[in-house]
Parts: sequence; C-alpha cells; structure tokens
Amino acid sequence: MVDKVKKIQSGDVRSASRLIRHIEDNVAEARSTMKDIFPLTGHSHVVGLTGPPGAGKSTLVDGLIDAFRKMGRTVGVIAVDPTSPFTGGAILGDRIRMQRHAEDPGVFVRSVATRGALGGLSRAVGDAIHIMDVMGKDVILVETVGTGQQEVDIMHYAHTVLVVLIPGMGDDIQAIKAGILEIASIFVINKAEREGSSKLRRELVTMLNMAPESAFPGGWRPPILKCDNAFEPSGFSQSVSDLALSINEHYEHLVSKSLIGNWSARKAATEFNEAIRCAILDPVLNDLMANGELDAMIGRLVNKETDPYTLAEEIATRYLKKMT
Amino acid sequence: MSEHIIRVMVAKPGLDGHDRGARVLARCFRDAGFEVIYTGCHQTPEQIAAAAIQEDVDVVGLSCLSGAHRYLFPAVVEQLRQRGADDIDVVGGGIIPDQDFQFLYDAGLKALFTPGEKLDDIVEWFRQNVKKRD
Amino acid sequence: MYFSKEVLESSSRMRQKWEDEVKKVIAKGPDQKPRWSTVSDLEIKRLYGPEDIQHMDFEQDIGYPGQFPFIRGNQPTGYRGKYWTFRMFSGMGNAKTTNERWHMLLREGQTGLSTAFDFPTLMGYDTDSPKARGECGKCGVAIDTLDDFMQLVDGIPMDQVTTSMTINPPATVLWAMYCAAAELKGIPLTKIGGTIQNDMLKEFIAQKTLMCPPDPSVKLVSDTVEFGAKHVPRWNTISISGYHIREAGATAVQELAFTLRDGMEYVEDVIRRKGLHVDAFAPRLSFFFNSHSDFFEEIAKLRAARRIWAKAMRDRYKSQDQRSWWMRFHTQTAGCSLTAQQPYNNVIRTATQALAAVLGGTQSLHTNSLDEVLCLPSDHAVQIALRTQQIIAEETGVANTIDPLAGSYFVESLTNELEEKAWEYIHKIDDMGGMVAAIEKGYPQLEIADAAYHFQKQIDAGEKIMVGINKYVSAEPSPIPLVEIDDTVEIEQIKSLEAVRRKRDDKAVKRSLEDIKNACKKGDNVMPHCIEAVKNFASVQEICDVYREVYGEYRDPGLY
Repeated sequence: MVDKVKKIQSGDVRSASRLIRHIEDNVAEARSTMKDIFPLTGHSHVVGLTGPPGAGKSTLVDGLIDAFRKMGRTVGVIAVDPTSPFTGGAILGDRIRMQRHAEDPGVFVRSVATRGALGGLSRAVGDAIHIMDVMGKDVILVETVGTGQQEVDIMHYAHTVLVVLIPGMGDDIQAIKAGILEIASIFVINKAEREGSSKLRRELVTMLNMAPESAFPGGWRPPILKCDNAFEPSGFSQSVSDLALSINEHYEHLVSKSLIGNWSARKAATEFNEAIRCAILDPVLNDLMANGELDAMIGRLVNKETDPYTLAEEIATRYLKKMT
Repeated sequence: MSEHIIRVMVAKPGLDGHDRGARVLARCFRDAGFEVIYTGCHQTPEQIAAAAIQEDVDVVGLSCLSGAHRYLFPAVVEQLRQRGADDIDVVGGGIIPDQDFQFLYDAGLKALFTPGEKLDDIVEWFRQNVKKRD
Repeated sequence: MYFSKEVLESSSRMRQKWEDEVKKVIAKGPDQKPRWSTVSDLEIKRLYGPEDIQHMDFEQDIGYPGQFPFIRGNQPTGYRGKYWTFRMFSGMGNAKTTNERWHMLLREGQTGLSTAFDFPTLMGYDTDSPKARGECGKCGVAIDTLDDFMQLVDGIPMDQVTTSMTINPPATVLWAMYCAAAELKGIPLTKIGGTIQNDMLKEFIAQKTLMCPPDPSVKLVSDTVEFGAKHVPRWNTISISGYHIREAGATAVQELAFTLRDGMEYVEDVIRRKGLHVDAFAPRLSFFFNSHSDFFEEIAKLRAARRIWAKAMRDRYKSQDQRSWWMRFHTQTAGCSLTAQQPYNNVIRTATQALAAVLGGTQSLHTNSLDEVLCLPSDHAVQIALRTQQIIAEETGVANTIDPLAGSYFVESLTNELEEKAWEYIHKIDDMGGMVAAIEKGYPQLEIADAAYHFQKQIDAGEKIMVGINKYVSAEPSPIPLVEIDDTVEIEQIKSLEAVRRKRDDKAVKRSLEDIKNACKKGDNVMPHCIEAVKNFASVQEICDVYREVYGEYRDPGLY
C-alpha cells in the first residue's frame, strides 16, 4: 500500500494511471489508498477549463501545456468526455489534440469518461487531481464540457477557472450554466478572428458590470482574453502564453489576498459532499439493487401505490438508525 | 460495487491516413460499452505506447493500411515492453496478407483482424480475452 | 419530359393493372426482402415509368452532347473521336522500378501515366525521416529529390504522354520537379500536359494526408492554379476528388455533393485571392470520382455531376466560357469494394464498375487490379485490369453510341434524385459559410463517419451483401502471388539521398529555401521558387518543412 503511494510520489505514471483506473472502476482498495494520498496533496495549481462543445478547449489545453512547459513547469491534464447514456461506452478523443506531448515525461494526460448519471464523476476527477498533485505536477489542467451540474462541481476543485467561449454561437453566454459564470476567473474568447468577437466581448463586459462587487473576491475582476485562430501558429502561441501568464497571476492573487482558504473550503465542501454520497447512498442503492428491491419499489411508484417521499423516509429509517 | 469497463486505445501508427476502419471500430467499441481512447492518425510507436500507459488501457488496437505493419506493429509491442507495460495487449488490423500473420504473432501481437471480420466477433474477442488486471 | 395526356392516362391505367397483379403475387409469396436499396442505401422502387420523369424539361435537363447542361457529355462526338484515357495508377519501390512498370504499361496500350507515391513522399517527408520508418516504397514510388524524379521519367516522352500525379500537400514540390525535368529535357512548359491531384479539402474531409491548416493549404492550391493558367496551359492543376471521400465510407450523394462543393470552394478562393476571372482558370479544373458497385447509382451520379457543375458555373459564377462548364473527370473503380477473400472475384467487380464509369461518360479510367486489396499490383494483375478497359472499349459495343441510357425512366429519375439530394447538402454547406468552415466544424467528416458505420452494420446484419464476406463464404483459401517491397529498398533510397546531399551546392539550396519562405510570408506565388529549389536538389521534406514552419502543422481533430 505504502509502496504504491511512494511510487506515485516518485512520479510513476503506471502506478498513477492504474490507481485512477481503480477509482473509476470503484475498486474498494483504491479508496483506502486515497486515504494515504490525501494528506500529501496541496502542491499543484489546479486550472479548470469549461465551455460549450466546439469551443476549442482541447486545442487550448494543448497550447497551455506548451506554454507551461516552456516555463519549466510539469503538467497534468484530465480531459473529461461524456459517456453514451445508451450504451455506457464512450469515445475519448480530446487527447488527439495533445498527442505531440505524449512522450514528454513532464506531461501526463488522462482521459476520463463521465460514466453513470448517478454522480461519482466529480469524485473520480477529484481523486485524479489528488493523484497528479502527489505525483508532483505543478499545474493540473481539467477540461470539461460546461453543460451539467457535475461539471460545475468539478470546477470547484480548480483554483482558477477558465470559461472558454467562441463568437457566433448564438446565445453564447446563456448556454453556459449560471453556476460556472459565477466561478469564472478568466474568460477566453477563442477563435477570436471570427465574426462576432467584439459583440461577445461587449456582452461579457456588460455582464461583469452588472455584477455586484461581492462577486469579485479580493477585487479580482475576471479578465477577458482573446485567442486567435489556432491555425496561425505564431499568433496563437503568443495569445496562449499571455493566457498562461494570466493564469499564474490569478494564482498569485489568491495567495496574496489570502483567498486560498475560501477556495479550500469550497473544494472541501464539494469533496466531502461527494464522499458522503459515496459512503452512504451508493451502498444503500447497491443493497436495494442487489436484492431486486429497487425495481419493486419503482414498480410501486409507477402504480402510484406509494409516493417517493414516504418511500425515501422508509429507507432512511431502515438504514440510518441514528437519524430516527 | 466494482465495475470493470474495458478501456481500449484505437491508434493509427505510421503515415497512412485511411482511418475509416479505425473510426468504425471506435464507434463499435463505444456501442459495446467500452471506453475508447482514439489517438488519431500519424502516430509513432513511441507516442502510442506512452499514451497507452497514461490512459491505462487494457488493449491497444492498431490499424495500418500502408503495408508498413511488419515494422510498425512489432515496434509498438517493443515500446510497451521497454516501458514495463507488456501486460497491455496489442492487436492489429488492416491490410495484412496471410503470410505475415505468423511473423506478427511471433512479434507479440495477440490477435489480427482483417477486412471482412464482423464487428460483433471483434467485440466478442475483446470480451473473452480482456482480463481484469490488478 | 413531354408525354401527351393520352400517354400519361394510359400509363396510369396500365400501372394500376400492374400494381394489382403485383399485390396478388405478393399475397402468395413475399419478395425476397422487404426493402430494396442501392449500396448507398437509397431506396429504389420496383418500377419506374413516364410519371417519374414527366416534370423534366428536355432542353434544360437533358439536351444534347456538347450542349448545356452537358448531362450527355462534353464532347459532341462521344467516344467515337477518342476513347477515354486508359490510365493505370502505378508506383512502387524506387524510381527505377516504377519507370520500368511505366514502360511496360505504355507497351501494353496504356494511353496516359498516373503516379502513386509512397507515404513519406505523400506526407512531405524524406525517406530518412524518423517518421518514415518502414514506409519507403511500400504503397508507391519514393521520391526525395529531382535526382529520383529524372529516373522516374527516363525515356518518357513528356511532350506526348500526359501524366497524372496523385500528390496533395507537397503538390507544389512534385509539380515543380515535373516542370524542372521537362526543362532539363528541353521541353517547354507549354508542351507538357497532365494533372496534379492537389485537392487539399478532401484530405481534411477524408484521406487525412495532412500538412498545413486549411486556409494556407488552399492558398498553395491557388498558387498552382494561377501558375498553370499563366505558364502551363495544358496542365490540370487540381483534380477535385470524390474518390477518397467515397472510400472513407461516404454515400454516392455525399461523394457528389462534397466533391462539387469542394470545387466551388476552390473557384471562389482563386477569384477572391488571385483576382482572376473565373474563365481564366476554370477550364483547367478537373474531377476524380469513384465507381462503386451499384451499377445504375454510379451512372446516375456521373451524369448528375456534369449537370450540377454546368449549372453552378453558368448560374452561380456567371461563367461565359462553355469550357468552364464542362466537368472533365477521371474515374477509378472502388478499392473499398474489393475483397481479400476469393480475390479473383475482384476482376468481375472491377469490370462492372468500369462499365458503369463508361456508361456514365468518364474521360479517363483506372481499373483496380485483383490483388490491390492486399498489396501493390503484380504485372499480371495489372495487365488483366488494363485488358478489362480494352475489352469494354473494343468488344462490348457500349462506346458505339453516346449516353445510351438517356431517357430511361429509371436512370433519368435516379439522376434527378441524386442531383436534388446533392444540392441539399451544397446549400447546407453554403449556410455554414462554405466548405472550409464546414470542415472546421467537422460536418462532412461526421456525415461520412455515420454513413461508414451504417454500411458496416448493414453488412454485419446481412442487409447488404459482399460476396465472399457475408455470403457465399468459402473455407478454401485461394492464395495469389503477392508483390513485396523488401526493406533493402529503404536502405538503398537513403544511400542515394545522402549521395545527392553530398554533391549538391548547399548554399544554393539554402538560398532557394529562403526564397520560398519569403514568398510564403509575403503571399507571393511559391511555384517559381519551388522550381528553382528542386533544380538545386532541395528535397521534398526540406521544402515542406518551410511550409510547416511558416503555416504551422495541422493536426486532425479526429472527429468520430
């Protein structure tokens, strides 16, 4: 056990990727390994990237890897893609855009599927962040599609949250979950050479102007950065380096204004929430599923023989002695 | 409850860009409930091996239609071995003449699938042969 | 089409009677399968009649050969003046081996040359690049410098035979080599003829031979179009290709629509970027289609292609010159339809596909060899494939009369249907802002991936048949002799590349590469500088590295 943790601390990719796999597969021993991992965390700067599909997040991550490597920092990437609700399978294609870094020992890219609808995603991602942290990655980039509550939860693990938008997607801003706008540290207008870029910028400025001062802890007003066409190599890498600098600045801001504590509390709450659910709800549901009771209950609900509230109270009474 | 979902990497080594087969298979694996990591075209054996380890896949599926499989397939097996990951199986597909089969099996390929193979049969091979590892 | 009221009435009456008969027969025993469709899964009716084409306008929709809308062909004389060009795609190992194959084909009655390059050449790498390991000469000829190219065209009368080169991202470089070779042989550029494929859009859509991003890629294409229009008047500077789109799994409609929309994109780019009038270059645009297994669908596709292009050139781009309205195209039988199982069946497949291409009015044709599904074709297999064309041309009689299927209820109706469906796609892509924008969104790529997956599912379910694959499977192996390119080819090629590097004037190479770089940066035409560079023995990769440096490298987004 301790051996495993030591290996991860030394940066061993095999042990780390295997542990992440076991977390995803819900292997019991993995959870106890995480107990040893947790106290060792706290080294990395975690950066979340979210935004609508097609916003060019993976290409941006690829550029950021480059920029941080040039600063001499090691990078971990967690790229989240959706699982098909119909088949339970997934095609994880984000790393295609990052494959040029595959052989760089200072870069570790891991694709993660959202898997079941019951949650657990943000736990798996949270644990993967911890594992990369303990490996010693200086920056951890977490990429998700900003559409659901789970993704909002994931962003709670990030010190710095990038909301990536592109011009001409219609109601760009409305398309993003409100919760994510609230935690945005930096807005990125990607593919900024496209028509509608200034309009998008104006909309963001208006939105920020309407927000109360309390929305900007420590006085950090999210900057709005533009990234030009990724197909213009020199222009793109310049704007991505600027973005990397802005990401660093945000972290320094958190440190200098002693805001890391706020962030830690937010993260801890999310993490704890997940852990409790995992410790309480999952076993209960598994138990009910194993003996077929869950199906029977659903049948009763469909036939209106009972209501969900009464049923939930019954379950709580049965499993949570202390509460009754 | 532990839930082992098969993870497969679909990769195209070498310079040929004929990715029809690779893409059809990626979709087929997704529909079979696997998690598929697709690397895209034009990958070197080194890139494929490094990515397979980072992703902790069970199997690497290679597709090559350029005729360079005799060099590229064994090179991926060798790269995985050098990185201490010989427990990750490697299978191959594409335009592979019968007389090359034995050479590739000897080089460590676990299975070869050529045009005409049914998707269901390929999926079944994975279900039967992918073992849970510790 | 005009049918008198009487004809339509009697047809309607007789149709009713026939339908009643059909119902009776089906009641006794159903059809073999409930749904009949083309290989692209386009549903086909049991019977077509006058009512299916009654809305056609003879003058606008059919007409005569050599007249708008050219559905019946560009040439008033059809195949009587000249058969289509028998053009077999070939290239293997090194330049010397390929040159020998070319001389063999010319002796056997081939009328045009067509070059297959190996993957390092196609991707703009030299044979000694680490990325090229194991690939040299495997699927075509390896060309690193002009030294190789001179061997390739040794003894070839470049002022008499036209040569097609299947080359895309490095098209400027290989075409520069062809021009330089002609000049060294004392043949002026005005006398050489041929085609470079040079169609980058279909690479992003389907074949993935990729180097630079879409916009600068199209810029390089426009450079060649401009250079050709001014200096090499007999050269086709783009062969806008549906072949690879189809091979990637597209349906016939998708092949038609995406290819023609690609063509429109090039026209628009040259007009915008180079300021040329459409008629200054459009007559030199050529096309390249696939001829797949569904006989009538392919014939209808090729006929529809001519009509769509004529309409687009006349109405969309206001072209005045009829030669711009002509869609001139090469066809290749469908590689993806061939099977490694029972490989001799491929001879029959290729023959019927070639027949469809001819009935569709192709101007040039490659027929696949039976062993191409497994390896590079052997001399014997190539000869059978070439003979297939010669038999169609000179024994079957199909070339006696022009467009013999015109007026067929079914063929005209299917031609109309394919055209309508193609325009739907074309307009959709217009709405996205054109083909480059659509490609960046992944639209055509995903449409094709869907079609490919659908087809594979149909094969697996037995809804579509491939003989030897999912029906009439034989347990008996039927081995055929295979051509192998052994690894010494790679070693020898690297040696000769090193020798060229030793003997050339490095300063001159450096200077000419610098000139190309400046041209790229300023937006000037790179062609004159490329010709200079190859004459100084700059290699394919050295020039392509300049493009990669200035324009950046494109990485496939790998949409699925």
